[in-house]
Amino acid sequence: MTPPPTTALVTPEELAGVVAGRVAGGERFAGLFATAQDDGSTVIRALLARHGSLDIVQAALMPGRDRYPAITPLVPPAAWYEREIHDLFGIEPVGHPSLDPLLVPVHPTQHWRPRPGTSRPGEAVRLDFDTSPLSSRVAGQGLFTIPYGPVRSGVFESVEYLVETFGEDIPYLRSRVHYKHRGIERRFGELGVDDGVLLAERVEGTAAVAHALAYCQALEALGAIHVPRRAGLVRVVHAELERVASHLDSVARQTEGAGQAVAYARITLHKERVQRLRSQLCGHRFGRGVVVPGGVAGPLSAASDEALRTLRALERGITDDARALMDTPSFLDRLRHTGVVSPAAAASHGALGPVGRGSGLGEDVRSDRPYGAYSLLGFQPAETSEDGDALARQQIRLDEITTSFHLIREALDELGEEDADGPWRLPMQPVEGIGLGWVEAPQGELVYLVEAEAGRLKRVKQRSASFHNLALFPQAFGGDILTDFVFIEASFGLSISGVAG
Amino acid sequence: MAWALRGLREGIVTTGYPKKADGYGAKFKSSVSVLGAGTDPSPREQPMSGGRGSGPSSLCPTGAIEENRGEVALDRGRCILCGRCVETRPGRFVFESSPEIAVVDREHLVVPGRVESDEEVTRVRAELRSRVRALRRSVHVRHLDAGSDGSEEWEVAALLNPVYDVQRLGIFFTASPRHADLLLVTGTGTSGMEGPLRTTYEAMPGPKVVLAAGTDAISGGLIHPSYVTRAGISSIVPVDVFVPGSPPSPFSLLHGILLAIGLLPASAVR
Ligand code: SF4
Repeated sequence: MTPPPTTALVTPEELAGVVAGRVAGGERFAGLFATAQDDGSTVIRALLARHGSLDIVQAALMPGRDRYPAITPLVPPAAWYEREIHDLFGIEPVGHPSLDPLLVPVHPTQHWRPRPGTSRPGEAVRLDFDTSPLSSRVAGQGLFTIPYGPVRSGVFESVEYLVETFGEDIPYLRSRVHYKHRGIERRFGELGVDDGVLLAERVEGTAAVAHALAYCQALEALGAIHVPRRAGLVRVVHAELERVASHLDSVARQTEGAGQAVAYARITLHKERVQRLRSQLCGHRFGRGVVVPGGVAGPLSAASDEALRTLRALERGITDDARALMDTPSFLDRLRHTGVVSPAAAASHGALGPVGRGSGLGEDVRSDRPYGAYSLLGFQPAETSEDGDALARQQIRLDEITTSFHLIREALDELGEEDADGPWRLPMQPVEGIGLGWVEAPQGELVYLVEAEAGRLKRVKQRSASFHNLALFPQAFGGDILTDFVFIEASFGLSISGVAG
Repeated sequence: MAWALRGLREGIVTTGYPKKADGYGAKFKSSVSVLGAGTDPSPREQPMSGGRGSGPSSLCPTGAIEENRGEVALDRGRCILCGRCVETRPGRFVFESSPEIAVVDREHLVVPGRVESDEEVTRVRAELRSRVRALRRSVHVRHLDAGSDGSEEWEVAALLNPVYDVQRLGIFFTASPRHADLLLVTGTGTSGMEGPLRTTYEAMPGPKVVLAAGTDAISGGLIHPSYVTRAGISSIVPVDVFVPGSPPSPFSLLHGILLAIGLLPASAVR
């Protein structure tokens, strides 16, 4: 169970200064979300992380008030969060450098906004989007504009990138993620807590376990529930298998981009085997249905020793191919110095997950704010790198795969020693209030803020690592030629569904 | 060891499907069926769901189950395989494991199905086949994400790994709609993707086939309704083949593609 967050109440005028002050004092800006109230007011909450805790700074905008002084001028990583608030709530952060639509590019004459948090039924609105091509921002002669997407070549999620470059100059990249916006946050508000976990599993389908976990941990914090130890161990097994699959996916895309056909076949074969192991353990290739509020749905459906055998073979195969990959100069040359995120840029943005660790940031939620069974297992975060390039991020991912295997083995060992009986989940009573849940998802810190009222979900806000990291994406293009795009994207490991919501 | 040799080290890992059944594919929970009435033991405790009332229809988070005077029908096109009905009323609902769940008629996703005349089934299949006759040798697939959760893309991409290796069957993925025969669409159909989906469809030469991959693409699943979604993609482009699943497994996707191009051995056609 996670400790309750401390909440500092401030006025909308004070918000930017207080958040900036705390960031200057060493805390990390971890998010900014709004919640509409039924009386027409709007609550804005900033999340600040420091070692061991995640705290809230909160300001309320009175009914009818639709402006507040923007945080972004003082705390630049807030830029996308304030664009999102502008889109979903129609509230203007005054002084924001660019309020380009991020999630709902509706025609200016359309005034309805989703305003998640209100219990008023959604008016039967269907927002139509103005999806005219992005016009170039950089004017001048010799400008090349290279649009890419939203329908991409290959099997990709839909997203649009626009690369603008003056010949040899440093290209400028803009991304548009609204194509996949599904209105998830509003949808959460229509569901009960047990259905909520099913939706959480579908916010970012390739990290379904992480999302279910963060959602459930937020509820469990509210209900002061300590999930059974054995349930915590099963959660670790599935969360770490998900990480292995996700990291293999990122590595596979890099090998594909480099035209390493055999390596690509090998890595995707390993990934398929991980997916199969997951389905043998729970009946679902993405671990859906495993994590439920109060614990897990049941025991692993394959015996521990059988799972261990499969796991060993898998680990041997992956380790061996990973070693060969890191010994293939023609491949490594494509990644070295490609997509560099400087440690300074990573630190000032608060880059998450493997992207952060590849640029010198050591934070890993599993050790900084341990949750579930991680505190029982000897978890050591990966060594960071200062290189900040695609190669560093790949090395971090390969190291993390090794760590994940280690954690899974430990968790399986511990499970083998558990008593045969005892509950897998505890009953959840209806909960009230605001709870936070966090996990180290494959791509980095994932946070859920869950506000429950009379057993229903008033507001569920998720912040995926991809949402935070994508805003840093353009900075990785400094000086790189456009053919490096595929490596930069794959090494960021972005999931668009989690960004677009 | 050189990569070329590494590629050979495990011999053949490719599935024998569709010529032979696949041990893994046939064990996978792929759909839910309804058992006959009369065998239903007393229902277990109901979860805290958003549904109202009692009975199986309030149990299902996506409204896939309808009950009418004791007659129960389940729409696989809406089912997200959460397993709640199977767990709560095991005498009435069961998981099926055959991956061959793709259909060419939306109504066939409702089980137990209406009894359909043979002529009706034959007619639908003949119509589809006449449109895809030109594609018999090889088929070029254009994938398009119309608002998926991302897991569908993993399963579609898996078709290219050495286990499924669909190129052995003459199935190729293409970037250009102008070279595509089959449009494979994932996701619920968002406001943002409506235009790109329509444009891509229109850019494809005829004859063209559209495959809705996954429950979200068929009905919107748990994602719909919202202010930016449609209840699946069929209100944007005409759909020929429906592959349910959340997400559909690579085997089910392959079954759907083969069904679409009339390449299935008779045993695999329901
Ligand atoms: S398994 Fe399918 S039909 Fe059964 S409750 Fe879940 S979504 Fe509904």
